[in-house]
Amino acid sequence: MKIKNILITFVSAIAILFSTSVVSFAKVVGDKIILGAAISLTGKYSSNGVHTQNGYNMAVDRINSMGGVKVGGKTYKFDIIYYDDESNPKRAAQLAERLISQDKVEFMLGPYSSGLTKAIAPVTEKYGVPMVEANGASRSLFTKGYKYLFAVLAPANLYLDVAIRTAVELNGGKGVRIAQAFEQDAFSQDVRLGILDAAKETGSEIIIDDKLPKELNDMAATLVKVKQMKPDVLVVSGHTKGALTAIRQISEMKVDVPMLAMTHCDAAKLSKQHGANSQYALCASQWHKTLTYKDDFFKDGMTYAADFEKEFGYDPPYQSAESSAALLVFKDAFERANTFDQKKVRDALAATNMQTFYGNIKFAPGGQNVDKPMVLFQVMCDDAGKCENKVVAPLKWASAELIHPVPKWSER
Amino acid sequence: MDFLVFQYPMITIQACLDGLLLGILFALIAYGMALQWGVMNIINIAQGDLVILGGYIAYFMYLYGIHPAWGVIVSPIIMYFVGIAIYKLVINKVVDRDLFISILATFGISILFMQLMNFAFGADVVLANSGYGTTMLFDNNVVLPNSKIFSAFISIVFAICLVVYMKRSKLGRAIRATAQNARAAKILGVDTEKVYAATFGINAALCGVAGALISITFTIHPYMGLPYTIRSFMIVIVAGLGNLPGVAMSGMGLGIFEEFADYILGTEFRIGSVFLLLVLILVYRRFKLSRKREYLK
Repeated sequence: MKIKNILITFVSAIAILFSTSVVSFAKVVGDKIILGAAISLTGKYSSNGVHTQNGYNMAVDRINSMGGVKVGGKTYKFDIIYYDDESNPKRAAQLAERLISQDKVEFMLGPYSSGLTKAIAPVTEKYGVPMVEANGASRSLFTKGYKYLFAVLAPANLYLDVAIRTAVELNGGKGVRIAQAFEQDAFSQDVRLGILDAAKETGSEIIIDDKLPKELNDMAATLVKVKQMKPDVLVVSGHTKGALTAIRQISEMKVDVPMLAMTHCDAAKLSKQHGANSQYALCASQWHKTLTYKDDFFKDGMTYAADFEKEFGYDPPYQSAESSAALLVFKDAFERANTFDQKKVRDALAATNMQTFYGNIKFAPGGQNVDKPMVLFQVMCDDAGKCENKVVAPLKWASAELIHPVPKWSER
Repeated sequence: MDFLVFQYPMITIQACLDGLLLGILFALIAYGMALQWGVMNIINIAQGDLVILGGYIAYFMYLYGIHPAWGVIVSPIIMYFVGIAIYKLVINKVVDRDLFISILATFGISILFMQLMNFAFGADVVLANSGYGTTMLFDNNVVLPNSKIFSAFISIVFAICLVVYMKRSKLGRAIRATAQNARAAKILGVDTEKVYAATFGINAALCGVAGALISITFTIHPYMGLPYTIRSFMIVIVAGLGNLPGVAMSGMGLGIFEEFADYILGTEFRIGSVFLLLVLILVYRRFKLSRKREYLK
């Protein structure tokens, strides 16, 4: 019996040793550059997590099939180790630790959402692991002095800034009266700060400033106030549930407001779920397929969208596009650094100045992308009730003219 | 703090009506909870998740081109069997045990349901459009979505049907007998095992109705169940077990309270105010109880 026990212990010890030694490959194995990513494949962010993963995978396949990454005269291919963070910040931080200390990953890709990126950033910073992230837009990520964090997207405070400026412009340069409702989370609160700044600069007045709970599915109280106080602009940000709830209740309660601006419309599939009721809503977006930025790998937005749809069966939301762009940034930085030394790659990332199909990318000292404006699209429906998102601002990229003010419900 | 709600009488009326319609829906969910709490002495943490699952049934009917209002018929039928299945698999093993065990077990069911729904239906927020339009009152100053009126109406219909069923039918009488004294009912020939299963099934069916109504009026999401569990728990605590008019009244009261809290404190404190109220009521009850005891001394 005793001998058997000793034998079992011995065998399992060897098994454990063997398994860990198999898992712990280094950053670059043979001709592979291994990147690590914790992504929300389950939990409340899982649908956007999957969009992120699809974006990463699409870019990895494309870069590998088009010659890979050339460093030091040798060609390497990208590979990604994924872990599921269950949409849980604590788990995400643990997984980042695991990727870095056990799997010995030396370069990371970001998770989905500002909250999870906030959880991971201190870990990558501690180990000096460069991380290019594509889905954390919260301003607080870029004010902490992180040296190894780079975000390809515009920070959250710029999301609806352009909506306020457009409204002021249409008002003949005079300030407007703003009603706003924001969820109580890092991202939406940053969007709110952006609105506060824009209001201050344009001399606009905020007459309703509501905060929405996490379990948001009823914002009738805010809308009743809007009905009574008749603001010029109504701004709502509460992820997909905020967008869906707002459109449902605005149409049911027949709330007339000259301009309605929101975030997360395309993730919420607004025009599909609400049809003509969502018409005239203005939505902030990091990217739209009709923008005319170009690169060598995906050509342009329209080609990217077509290729993405062929591979994954749906139209790419901006979450996928920005994730693909993150890989392009890494490739560019590796080739310019011409080494896998983390510090040098980090410096190369900081000096990035390039155009991708997703937009121009140039990082500020805080790590945010300062070279890519947000776009605003408007939901427009034809008489048959088929709705489409058309870019209306900034004017440089506009594919349709903004409809303002929104027609009254009694006239629709 | 914002006292707009008292400055405009129309907003006051709006808040009262919104709260009332919402409260009736809460009362329906709470009634299911009170029923199985009273009969089986089980606090069902998964109550809200059953509601959401019921909502998904209506949503899928809507996706396949059937009007979601039919969900209030189909959803309870499916949910009844889901309830029976949960009972057979888990609840019958904890029914005579400590209350703590049952809370733990149903908490586990809740987590399982959330993850399964997330896995099966995705994490997107969804809703079913009824296309019912809007009722305008007082010169268009008060607006009531017809979907909310429909929800309240259906809730009342189901509540009345259930009360009649409990009073008149054989099973209803057996359920009430078991609630009063399970052991005595067993001795007198009531198959308590069957009664328990039916009770849990009826509770799940009520959740199914409420879920279908919520998918028509609000939005559903795999992780949105907990607030409904908390609200029904709160309503039952206030009303007491086996007190149907009490459940209806406290449901409506809670609905109106929530609306006013929303206007005065802000939407972010909506659910928080429910918790606060729960604590206040528990403290008040304890206070009353201790005074009584002193009197007895």
